[in-house]
Amino acid sequence: MSVEVTEQSPPRPDAGKQPLVRLSGVKKFFPVTQGILFQHRIGDVHAVDGVDLDVYPGETLGLVGETGCGKSTLARVIMRLYDSTAGTIEFQGRDVTHLKGKELRALRSDMQMIFQDPYASLNPRKTIGSIIGAPYLLHKTVAKDKIKPTVQELMELVGLNPEHYNRFPHEFSGGQRQRIGVARALALKPKLIVCDEPVSALDVSIQAQILNLLEDLQAEFKLTYVFIAHDLSVVKHVSDRIAVMYLGKIVEMTTGGTLYENPKHPYSGALLSAVPIADPELARARRRIILEGDVPSPIDPPSGCRFHPRCPQAQFPRCSAEEPQLLPQHPGQFAACHFPLEDRATVVGDTPA
Amino acid sequence: MPQPLLEVEDLTVHFPTEDGLVKAVDGISFSIQQGETLGIVGESGSGKSVSFLTVMGLVNQKQAHITGSVRFQGQDLLTIPAEELRTIRGAKMSMIFQDPMTSLHPFYKVGQQIAEAIRTHQPVGKAEAWDQAVDMLGRVGIPRPEERAKQYPHEFSGGMRQRAMIAMALSLNPDLLIADEPTTALDVTVQAQILDLIDRLKSEFNAAVAIITHDLGVVAEHCDNIQVMYAGRIVEAGDTNDIYYKSHHPYTWGLLRSIPRLDSATNERLKPIQGSPPSLINVPSGCPFHPRCPYVMDVCKVERPPLNPADGHHASACHLTLTDKQRIFSEEVLVHR
Repeated sequence: MSVEVTEQSPPRPDAGKQPLVRLSGVKKFFPVTQGILFQHRIGDVHAVDGVDLDVYPGETLGLVGETGCGKSTLARVIMRLYDSTAGTIEFQGRDVTHLKGKELRALRSDMQMIFQDPYASLNPRKTIGSIIGAPYLLHKTVAKDKIKPTVQELMELVGLNPEHYNRFPHEFSGGQRQRIGVARALALKPKLIVCDEPVSALDVSIQAQILNLLEDLQAEFKLTYVFIAHDLSVVKHVSDRIAVMYLGKIVEMTTGGTLYENPKHPYSGALLSAVPIADPELARARRRIILEGDVPSPIDPPSGCRFHPRCPQAQFPRCSAEEPQLLPQHPGQFAACHFPLEDRATVVGDTPA
Repeated sequence: MPQPLLEVEDLTVHFPTEDGLVKAVDGISFSIQQGETLGIVGESGSGKSVSFLTVMGLVNQKQAHITGSVRFQGQDLLTIPAEELRTIRGAKMSMIFQDPMTSLHPFYKVGQQIAEAIRTHQPVGKAEAWDQAVDMLGRVGIPRPEERAKQYPHEFSGGMRQRAMIAMALSLNPDLLIADEPTTALDVTVQAQILDLIDRLKSEFNAAVAIITHDLGVVAEHCDNIQVMYAGRIVEAGDTNDIYYKSHHPYTWGLLRSIPRLDSATNERLKPIQGSPPSLINVPSGCPFHPRCPYVMDVCKVERPPLNPADGHHASACHLTLTDKQRIFSEEVLVHR
């Protein structure tokens, strides 16, 4: 497998600081095959197609995009749950792209994941004590007779009743199950937690409880989060920086406030304008950019800028011929677009007087 | 006021289970006028879906103890014979569901499924029903409807399937469309497309729409009136401005404060509602919200507050005085939004 980055890498956001995770030219393709006896490859799903990304210690990096944009695949590549097709992954300055066996297992104690579906991600036949305590048995960081008190401490930390140690997952509500998932992720005191849509399956009121919990834990344990969600208002609430993904590529990268006030990529603008607002007047006053159609197939992504078939601002032939690079627009704001939105093109209108 | 299209009076739906009686819907009354869009908001288990499944006759006396009345265009749906209900359901009122992945049959072409719905209610031939189905697919914004109608559901994306479901629901030009969490499984961009589509078709078909959701953000733009449900009861009802700018119930306040706002300047801490929704078998005494309510008083624990209209139509079920409600809302809820 080649790890060479053939394309010229764009300038890195915030060059200089030491990142916790650094991705360079990461690609992940899934083969598409045809035939029953003799399978032959007829193409690839370009799930992640050349991503450069730094995650700094203590920050929350938000990843947003529509279904199929590759955000979950990217998270699994960072976690080394998938092997990348190309590119390198560094963790604390060490190349971990091809780690195997023992070394990989040791790495896993530094990075953990919280999953979207609190119903499917817990084994229904195990008590929650053994679910949360499983990492200790695998990594042997805690003596066997100390596991129960340690787990109960963790349960208390995430707001579960420690007396429920011997209960089974079906006895818990969705929000409580997500707390179990959080406790399990915290067990090995990781440095990085990848949260893949951790609140999408929860009711609004419970969602806020989990977001607050994640915030508290970050402050207490100096955690670094990669936070994936399709709901921009949630991502903006938790993130220091946000990366917007479209069809396997990062199209815009900036701070949450800047993205909201001054999006540069037309796709970010459209995403923002579609977010539901719990304020009827504000919602009616804003300018909506309705994107036509669905995300194109990642098996055969559009030429040039991948967004051009849906882009309201596309100018031809440049957008369909030349692929835009992720370039700085303002200090700390990067967008991959030939014709970025004008400054202050705020999509939410001012509240009518 | 003209006769409402749908009038529900004192509806209760109780499911007998091994663990006890589940009081899914516990005495709700509301009405929907012709051309109105009503939003029904509440958490999982608040009874919002069950009440409309009962209206549709999809929950019936065989499964649950149902009392009260559901009058649709003057007919009581709870007492009419099943055959008659079948002529109304699907034709005069229809429903779309949350999960477009599971509500289409995977073995049949999308066009066939829509044509089947048309042929069930109208004396038309196969070819004509097929043409109508293709026409409907075009009207809900599916490109190349002739080809798409010949495809199977797995060849459609989530947004497309929901469009196909809407096409099926509207193919018989119903007077009432019930949308049960129509966009919860979809991306925000697709969600905006679908909600706009429902709005547009509503005026095109002159139908009334009931949107069931757990997200107050979704219904803000699209509803005329909103009712908030909690533990099988309506706790607040009013027009959209009442709910968002003058809300009178602590539960609605909690919902409003739980939503992260895109336009908040700082990443201010969210104020979630404490605890989780109550069991519907052992509903808390008095006001069912009292164990989670930050403004709880002694009277709340013993006496169930009635749904009292405060200014004509805006009603709330809470023991706080109107002045207290107005003060708390403007001091503690509005400033945080």
